[in-house]
Amino acid sequence: MYKNFFKYLISAIFLLGFSVNSNADFKVGFVYVGPTGDHGWTFQHHEGRNAVEAAGIKTTFVESVPEGADAERVIRQLAQSGHDLIFTTSFGYMDPTNKVAKDFPNVKFEHATGYKREHSNVSTYSARFYEGRTLLGHIAGKMTKTNTIGYIASFPIPEVIRGINAMTLAAQKVNPNIKTKIVWVFTWYDPGKEAEAAQALIDQGADIIMQHTDSTAPVQTAEKAGVWSFGQASDMQRFAPKSILTSIIDDWAPYYVERAIAARDGTWNQQDTWHGLKEGMVAMGPYNSAMGADLVKEVEQLQKDLASGKVHSFTGPIYDQKGNILVAEGKVADDGMLAGMSVYVKGVEGDIPK
Amino acid sequence: MIKIEKRNDVPMALYFFTPFIAIILTILGGGIIFYILGFNPIEALKFYFITPISNLYGFSELLLKATPLCLIAIGLSFCFKSNNWNIGAEGQLTFGAIVGGGVALLFYNQEGFYILPLVILAGAIGGMVFALIPAILKTYFNTNEILVSLMLVYVSKLLLDYLVVGPWSNPEGFNFPETRQFSDSSRMPLLFEGLRIHAGIFLALAAVMLSWFTLYKTYLGFQIKVSGLSLKTAKYAGFKGKTMILVVFMISGACAGLAGVGEITGPIGQLHRMISPDYGFTAIIVAFLGRLNPFGIIFASLVVALTYLGAETAQIFLQIPKYTGQVFQGMILFFLLASDYLLFFKVKILSLKKNELRH
Repeated sequence: MYKNFFKYLISAIFLLGFSVNSNADFKVGFVYVGPTGDHGWTFQHHEGRNAVEAAGIKTTFVESVPEGADAERVIRQLAQSGHDLIFTTSFGYMDPTNKVAKDFPNVKFEHATGYKREHSNVSTYSARFYEGRTLLGHIAGKMTKTNTIGYIASFPIPEVIRGINAMTLAAQKVNPNIKTKIVWVFTWYDPGKEAEAAQALIDQGADIIMQHTDSTAPVQTAEKAGVWSFGQASDMQRFAPKSILTSIIDDWAPYYVERAIAARDGTWNQQDTWHGLKEGMVAMGPYNSAMGADLVKEVEQLQKDLASGKVHSFTGPIYDQKGNILVAEGKVADDGMLAGMSVYVKGVEGDIPK
Repeated sequence: MIKIEKRNDVPMALYFFTPFIAIILTILGGGIIFYILGFNPIEALKFYFITPISNLYGFSELLLKATPLCLIAIGLSFCFKSNNWNIGAEGQLTFGAIVGGGVALLFYNQEGFYILPLVILAGAIGGMVFALIPAILKTYFNTNEILVSLMLVYVSKLLLDYLVVGPWSNPEGFNFPETRQFSDSSRMPLLFEGLRIHAGIFLALAAVMLSWFTLYKTYLGFQIKVSGLSLKTAKYAGFKGKTMILVVFMISGACAGLAGVGEITGPIGQLHRMISPDYGFTAIIVAFLGRLNPFGIIFASLVVALTYLGAETAQIFLQIPKYTGQVFQGMILFFLLASDYLLFFKVKILSLKKNELRH
């Protein structure tokens, strides 16, 4: 009996939450994994939020939400306090997002980089960062003197492996002697660890540093050591003006504005979005003039071709480390293969941590 | 000239009252900070301390957050009361969660009423064993338990990292650093549908009762308190110091391990890298705010849990940076230590005489 009483009470509380929602005070909530001032991943999501705000839609954000037990409460609180659309911007929010979505069918949820859409009000979205990696690989292959590229990797998930492979394939195309050395740091954001990894790679002869982590430590380490580097997630040029050749920029703003307007106008549908250079979700920072005018022109052309679809980052023949064929000559890898990528291509050194 | 003297007569009533003074000063301090930041302090404080618990869901979240803090702080009170400085509860929590989570994964997709008790027991044993490391090193090799227990935090966190990235990672999880979701038989039963508060709260309450009984009604408790007041007296009385050190560390570790296993079988439901937002360290504040008293610790864990929830609510409604939560926790500790200082010491301002200046 008491159980039922609580059940009703709780449904009443939830209903109260819904009744607050109306079109007039449409609100969008954002959940960030890091501080807005990380100058990387969260910084860019925050820029996207600013764009939504500039489009005349009210927004709220909560920063530095740990990916543990706290995430569910924060997401639920946003849903309860009258937010109509909620962006959860880190992989670790996948299960909490789906759990809360179940209890709030009238609230829309957008989860970044995940793969679970258990309810019709959950969409997922991510960017084809690997297209940016292809451009980085092309530049790296041309700029390296030691033929060694140092790569700081976070976790051996498909997104990160895809980036390593795309970069290596592009670099091999312009420089067959290229070697990719990888240090796994098992963190998305740890300036100390990232700086150590960068230094270790430089000590091993890498004269190009790139990273799939969020802090500015790797580019700053590269600047000090006098080797080339690339910015990640946001334009990091001002942190290493001499060393940075370009940056891969995650531009969430157009997507966030589009989805917020759709949700407000009632045209929001569940979808799985994977946008790249073409749609502008992946953008490139300014190219360093040290690359020389010819290389800049080449890369700009490649950028156009990737955007138009004329060139694909994963065009066959592609072999794995043992020499087995992954993608046949003349074919390109389909999205299913890209989404589950879990082997290195030929030319990458070492094994994927297991 | 300022002269500081030790007070001979510290009133016990005031001793238990100063935590409240610290909390009031923290709220006042918080109001001033909000005012400086340009917020209406009354409104901000309302969002901070009242809104989070103004409905049933919020209240259950408060209890959910307070449960691990209370459990760990209860354990720590045994160590701290006997002058053993276990700073590594976070590591014992993590190791407990690893062992408990390992058992939960072992019984993946199996059903049985005995599974959850086994998982909980494994968690407690895990924490206990991990706490024994600094205890044994202290008793037999004279190492500093502060350093050892603190360093072991990193060891356990790295071990957890290794396990969830490598051998224990979800085979269907695309290499993401997390294990499978535990099956229902390994999950803490929820107390009410729709709320996250789970049976783990009974573990915390049981720990409170047991610790009160042990500390105030048993010979062991007497030994612990005497050792805390004066190690020399304890030795003179012939207490077995080494055994006691081992025992308090084991109690402390078991409590932290229970907290860890409560989190992973409760709200989280799997092992991943972020199972605790540093509960093991925050619980140190809780233990002292609660005056190392079991019932004081219940109260302190609720207050500190509220600073977490308040920080989230204040950011959602007023966009006040979430880090104010840590500022509040820091302020509580600061004001507590400051008022303790004034409680135990007299500060006298003396006027200088001319002949004193010549020296």
